[in-house]
Amino acid sequence: MSTLVDEILRSTIVTEAAKYSSKDFQSDQDVRWCPGCGDYSILAQTQRVMPDLGIPRHKMVFVSGIGCSSRFPYYMNTYGFHGIHGRATVIASGLKMARPDLSVWVVTGDGDGMSIGGNHFIHLLRRNLDINVLLFNNQIYGLTKGQYSPTSEVGKITKSTPYGSLDYPFNPASLALGSSATFVARSLDRDPKQMQSIIKRAAEHKGTSFVEIYQNCNVFNDGAFFQFTEKETKDDSVVFLEHGKPLVFGKEKDKGIRLNGFSPEAVSLKDGKYSVSDLLVHNEKDTTLSFILADMTYKPHLPRPVGIFLAIDRPVYEQEMERQISFAKEKRGEGDMTRLLSSGDTWVVQ
Amino acid sequence: MAEKRVENLDEVTIRFAGDSGDGMQLTGTQFTNTTAILGNDLSTLPDYPAEIRAPAGTLFGVSGFQIHFGSTEINTPGDQCDVLVAMNAAALKVNLGSLIDGGTIIVNTDGFNEKNLRLSGYSQSPLHDGSLDKYRMHEVDISKLTALALQDLNISSKLVDRSKNFFALGMMYWIYNRPLETTIEWIKSKFKDKPDILEANLRVLKAGWNFGETTEIFSVRYEVGPAKLAPGRYRNITGNQALAWGLMAAAKKAKLDLFLGSYPITPASDVLHELSFYKSYGVKTFQAEDEIAGICSALGASFGGALGVTTTSGPGVALKSEAIGLAVMVELPLIICNIQRGGPSTGLPTKTEQADLLQAVYGRNGEAPVPVIAAATPSDCFDAAFEAARIALKYMTPVMLLSDGYLGNGSEPWLIPDFNKLPDMSPEFRTNPEGFFPYSRDEATLARPWAIPGTPGLEHRIGGLEKEHITGNVSYDPENHEKMVHLRAEKIERIADDIPLATVEGDPDGDLLVVGWGGTYGAIKSAVARQRQKGHPVSHLHLRYLNPMPKNLGEILYKFKRVLVPEINLGQLIKILRSKYLVPAIGFNRVRGLPFKSIEIEKEIEEILKGKK
Repeated sequence: MSTLVDEILRSTIVTEAAKYSSKDFQSDQDVRWCPGCGDYSILAQTQRVMPDLGIPRHKMVFVSGIGCSSRFPYYMNTYGFHGIHGRATVIASGLKMARPDLSVWVVTGDGDGMSIGGNHFIHLLRRNLDINVLLFNNQIYGLTKGQYSPTSEVGKITKSTPYGSLDYPFNPASLALGSSATFVARSLDRDPKQMQSIIKRAAEHKGTSFVEIYQNCNVFNDGAFFQFTEKETKDDSVVFLEHGKPLVFGKEKDKGIRLNGFSPEAVSLKDGKYSVSDLLVHNEKDTTLSFILADMTYKPHLPRPVGIFLAIDRPVYEQEMERQISFAKEKRGEGDMTRLLSSGDTWVVQ
Repeated sequence: MAEKRVENLDEVTIRFAGDSGDGMQLTGTQFTNTTAILGNDLSTLPDYPAEIRAPAGTLFGVSGFQIHFGSTEINTPGDQCDVLVAMNAAALKVNLGSLIDGGTIIVNTDGFNEKNLRLSGYSQSPLHDGSLDKYRMHEVDISKLTALALQDLNISSKLVDRSKNFFALGMMYWIYNRPLETTIEWIKSKFKDKPDILEANLRVLKAGWNFGETTEIFSVRYEVGPAKLAPGRYRNITGNQALAWGLMAAAKKAKLDLFLGSYPITPASDVLHELSFYKSYGVKTFQAEDEIAGICSALGASFGGALGVTTTSGPGVALKSEAIGLAVMVELPLIICNIQRGGPSTGLPTKTEQADLLQAVYGRNGEAPVPVIAAATPSDCFDAAFEAARIALKYMTPVMLLSDGYLGNGSEPWLIPDFNKLPDMSPEFRTNPEGFFPYSRDEATLARPWAIPGTPGLEHRIGGLEKEHITGNVSYDPENHEKMVHLRAEKIERIADDIPLATVEGDPDGDLLVVGWGGTYGAIKSAVARQRQKGHPVSHLHLRYLNPMPKNLGEILYKFKRVLVPEINLGQLIKILRSKYLVPAIGFNRVRGLPFKSIEIEKEIEEILKGKK
């Protein structure tokens, strides 16, 4: 039996693929982030990528939790659901299970996704629903005015940690990989082109795609990522991961990453000791390698890896769910309530 | 062999009791199904420990199953039992208090060895010290007779021991003149892949029957004729099964997919189990990572156009509260089923209680009104679930559906409804972009439009921040907030125009009205009926709708001199009644994790009528 939802979807099918521009994805709401916030760039890149996806706007849903990042859905001219703190991933999961036809996006932050929503985050990844998660990591609580977050560095002085924070930070990429994610990437708010390409890849990935985006909070944690985003330092501090390519970095492309046993080390390509052929070649299908690369994150003597750590295929949860339902219908026939109510042991009173 | 005497009984209550590994729940369920098919009215009470397999022979490991059946109307599982089947000494000790004076005890003598006696704190065997003289005792070495019946089968002694409950069952079938066929069929289908267990159980069941037939131990057989139930086709059903089926029926009648987001919790898990089975009905079940994920996934599914449901018990509702508030704010249909258990905190997971009413009606931050509906009997869980869905869909609101451990696990015969005659309740999804605003409202119901993602031109954003009237944009405007608070409250209040008026069982006025809600229905009904037979001016009113309440409730309350409110809590409905209607109601409150005995309510009624309270 078809449901009302099936009927609506049938009756409203748009046969011609709409030609969108980024403007079509801008809602009529005033954007209310602080001037200079990294969120503006992420919003702009997302709106720029959306027209290229070939997905009708009305088939897209942005779901968020609570925090600065979570205002995102209000600014997207798609369907949107601004949920409660930490729960965007589960609201999105229920929506995707009910409606596998939709393109579902989760926008979250380091507080929303890693702290209060940490449990849901890891379970979403292991289930591998086809949902795209954008985590804006600014290493601070912005909306509550500047407490340390689960990704803040140890010793962070904030209003709630006047003597410095004691917690060791999560590395979101490692946490995602440890949760059996099938797509894990990292991007930077000040690198629009790279971010666009990653968001596009995330959208195309079948299964949960997780994108951590380093985002500058210029009010409460200004400059947290400047080392990786500013001209003077970024080339020597960031290594871009490209599938099938050796890990080369440095302003002069004169440095690289090689594996010493299981440990990555930064080497010079200038002193004649090592050449490009000695370097680690990235393979985004290699789960073991992805752990090694993600683990470079907080190592002070290594550049920060940015790009796609892992992109592999695994059965997609909601598709498996649909498959079970089809299988049950095939085996048992379409459910019939009248038959069910009178099934098993019954008796008649005259 | 002398012809055995047959006595006719109007009703009888039997309690099966043994170790939690003895299969007493299975024995009770089988006896129940057979009894239902014979046309008796009945009510059951499973009573089992929270531990899965508590150490054998201990007092806290005793599992019991009580069935009250008869040729008359049966409303409760029985205040006390007439017959106690005790598989060991601990089972006897724990349950003796619920046996009537002069009642019958059937014991498995093998369960009274030295170790059993020690574990249950008997210094000497109660079977022979005269302490049970006031009861009719039947001593049967069930373990040994079971072993004898199986001696030529090559099966393990563990398996032999596990079959002994079927001996007790066969014996009870003989005593109460019940056919074996239903159980034989069940054994054949259940163990079709395990031929040795199948054979063993069949043999032992028949051995138990034959034991009754051939030995002189039981001189009397009992006949309990069919009850005069309304004509139609019946089945036996537990509350949790009825609730699951009610939700499924509602989804079909709404032409929506049913989506259940749930986290396992006693005593609600059976609803999850039941619904998980019906994939061919398009039911999607999701065992979430926690209670919050359960409700949030259901709400996400509702946003997508499914009938979203979450099932839980009290502690789970506590965790879901914030998301219920979100559902109030985004005004999407959602059903939250609370199969209440003893609290607070982890409390008594396998025991029943009614102490979550105030949580259901008020337990959220902010002004967050939620309709609350309570089921009255196990089979009524079907109708209550169906009604909860109707209200959720029509008014675009979360609805709290209250059941409890007693209703969920208890069972009774159910006149199977004609599915085709159940009302259609398909919602109207908004499709026209012309003049669409997410928070415009239906004039009659105040419900906002349900515009599902995938509909062209209706792209919009919802969320937990306060919404501007009509447009649904985020708004911090003071006047708008006050307006929205009132609108949300009024939307729920208006449901009172759309639910049946409260009805009184008994005279419409008089000295005393007993007002109850939820699973106390049967106990109150029996108590009031007996009091009325004695000529006392008592009536009964049972509330299905706890929020909003029926419009005529106040009017009815004022027609009685006194109002008595029995509840399995410290007085929660009574607080609401007092505050809403300013009636000086009297509470009768017990919180033992058990359903009321109708006799205790009856005593309370008598004392009030005599002016002692």
